[in-house]
Amino acid sequence: MANAQTANGGTSVLTRWMNNRNLMGMLFMLPAGTILLIFLTYPLALGVWLGMTDVKVGRPGVFVGLENFAWLMEDSVFLLSVFNTFLYTIVASIIKFGLGLWLAIILNNNIPIKAFIRAIVLLPFIVPTVLSALAFWWIYDSQDSVLSWILIEMGVIDKTIDFLGDPNNARASVIAANIWRGIPFVAITLLAGLQTIPRTLYEAATIDGANEWQRFTRITFPLLTPIIAVVMTFSVLFTFTDFQLIWVMTRGGPINATHLMATLSYQRGIVGGALGEGAAIAVAMIPFLLAAILFSYFGLQNRKWQRGGRDD
Amino acid sequence: MKKYTRRQTLKTLGGAATAAMVPSSLLTAARAFAEMSPWKPEKGASIRMLRWKRFVASEGESTEALLKAFTQATGVNIRLDSEGFEDLRPKAAVAASIGSGPDIIWTIHADPHLYPNAMLDMSDVADYLGNKYGGWYPIAKDYSIRKGQWISLPYTFSGNFLNYRISQVKKAGFSSFPANTDDFLTLMTELNKAGTPGGFALGNASGDGNCWAHWVLWSHGGKMVDSNDNLVLNSPETVAGLEYVAKLGETFIPGVASWLDGHNNKAFLQGACSVTNNGISIYAAAVREGMSNIANDMDHAYWPTGPAGVPTEFHVQFPMTVYNHTKYPNACKALLAWLMEAEQYDKFMEASVGYLSHPLKAYDNNPVWTADAKRRVFKDTVTRSRTFAHAGSLGYAAASAFADFIVVNMVAEAAIGTKTPAEAAKDAHRRAERYYKI
Repeated sequence: MANAQTANGGTSVLTRWMNNRNLMGMLFMLPAGTILLIFLTYPLALGVWLGMTDVKVGRPGVFVGLENFAWLMEDSVFLLSVFNTFLYTIVASIIKFGLGLWLAIILNNNIPIKAFIRAIVLLPFIVPTVLSALAFWWIYDSQDSVLSWILIEMGVIDKTIDFLGDPNNARASVIAANIWRGIPFVAITLLAGLQTIPRTLYEAATIDGANEWQRFTRITFPLLTPIIAVVMTFSVLFTFTDFQLIWVMTRGGPINATHLMATLSYQRGIVGGALGEGAAIAVAMIPFLLAAILFSYFGLQNRKWQRGGRDD
Repeated sequence: MKKYTRRQTLKTLGGAATAAMVPSSLLTAARAFAEMSPWKPEKGASIRMLRWKRFVASEGESTEALLKAFTQATGVNIRLDSEGFEDLRPKAAVAASIGSGPDIIWTIHADPHLYPNAMLDMSDVADYLGNKYGGWYPIAKDYSIRKGQWISLPYTFSGNFLNYRISQVKKAGFSSFPANTDDFLTLMTELNKAGTPGGFALGNASGDGNCWAHWVLWSHGGKMVDSNDNLVLNSPETVAGLEYVAKLGETFIPGVASWLDGHNNKAFLQGACSVTNNGISIYAAAVREGMSNIANDMDHAYWPTGPAGVPTEFHVQFPMTVYNHTKYPNACKALLAWLMEAEQYDKFMEASVGYLSHPLKAYDNNPVWTADAKRRVFKDTVTRSRTFAHAGSLGYAAASAFADFIVVNMVAEAAIGTKTPAEAAKDAHRRAERYYKI
């Protein structure tokens, strides 16, 4: 009797567990959770830890607290790289958004061979970054840039443009390259958003006598904000952490005018061997990235009225 | 009749195929060495070797053939991998810190000094080779010996000298390339006036940029640190050097501020640049591509001597490092000793066509230096070079300051004129303080 009861109880516990949705949910999430923990949380934590040590490549370090950060605050090259990173991110993101949205609206109209053109638009995004960086490296070449050549042949200028040699030219040039690469992502994603906006809204607005601009500001843009939030968050993150374009085209030169935090982190941490300092530079990027995410999350999140409700 | 299994057949065929690729003379040499060598490879030894990606195809093929001959003569299997050296260096460092990975890494600069405890003592191999081949040049010892021990084998150096167009230099009024910095400035000024300017990389070019920036700093007596590793960068000598740079910079071809390692090769081969600094690669490319108008009209020269009064050049070292985590130290030593024996090293140098220079005195007479007169300056690479840590010691501080382009940036600032020489020296000194404080 007692035995039977125990056996019964055992089965029922197992059955109860099996039927517990929370427990099973946890169980099913375990593989994904483990992967995230191993490949995301651990490296992030390790990076933060390294940033607070003086580890060198090939030599274990000791905990130095915030010394790396304190030193970086006085390091003119680091401060310059922070300035460059912000300039790069802000200018490139704004232009990418503007041009991307424009392109998306054009593509959303009925134009001939639409599918083909949409595929072509994606090209800059598909080409490996290093390859496009190399292409730009040639376009911006100091001696035989194709742009300079065309302008000289047209008689607009009389000597080659020093694209990557002058600090401000160099900044503008790398930003232009980044914009070229980033527009397709913005455009195609916004295009997807545009296609979810019901035609009926536009028809109703047209009947009410709204003009093109009013239809854009009152229908298209508001209904697009959730997707804009997502796109711009990703776009800002990609731009802020850009590395390959700079590394191939300028190595952070001339005289560090195009060094971004990511490239400086690599130069100091891996090439220079100061892993601790390199990690500190990378960790210093996290607050800015978090701020960008939070801004777009709270600033541009889904509003009730967009789902037919009322704003409080 | 003997029955062959599939495996045996494959083995026989494989062996025959490899044997066919290794010249018999090489094999004989390898067998003879295996008999005589002071280092007997461990039984069943196999070696993993990692090298920087070759610059010249012929050198890569030659080295592979040498390794194959060694395998056949000794039975030691060798797996050779290669990486671009930007990627190779972190890999080498990781191997050092975790104590596992390739047995031998053919690396760059003075990296073994960053992890000396992971290095196998190579003193016996170095002594053996030094005694046999006329001794090591001093720079080879500077790079390899740490606390009385050879932590690496200074396998080869890559010379970086002045490349110039003979006719254009002549037209500027010089029958031979100037040997001192004053004449050099005159030459560069004249070349610019004649519409055929020269130029030196001012971007973050780790090879050409570092070579010319260190030369100009040292040529006027400036240096990063004194022999006790005290920072002395901000000195009247450094400022004098930068004032010279400011004058020199005015003569450069437009665009040098963005130049990385490859730009000057391209500009020179196009005929747009009359003087620049480089390894032998511009010349080798001109010869290889049949650009006789460039190849016949160009030559190489030593860096001019400045107020310092001695050659103040910087050439890059490529050392062989053996990790003490290797299970087969004797096989590694035998292999490296064999590669540096005259028969093999001669082949290596010939295949390198002047890109890579020797650290052992006996190899001065290698035919590679006389086969083409335009290679002759590269013979003296090792006798004219200093370590990048000059005048201090190799280690973290020197490596970090070097990798952070402090000297290159300082020289670029003075050359472009974004800072006055005094400001550039002061700011570079401040940047270097961080590294030399440790």
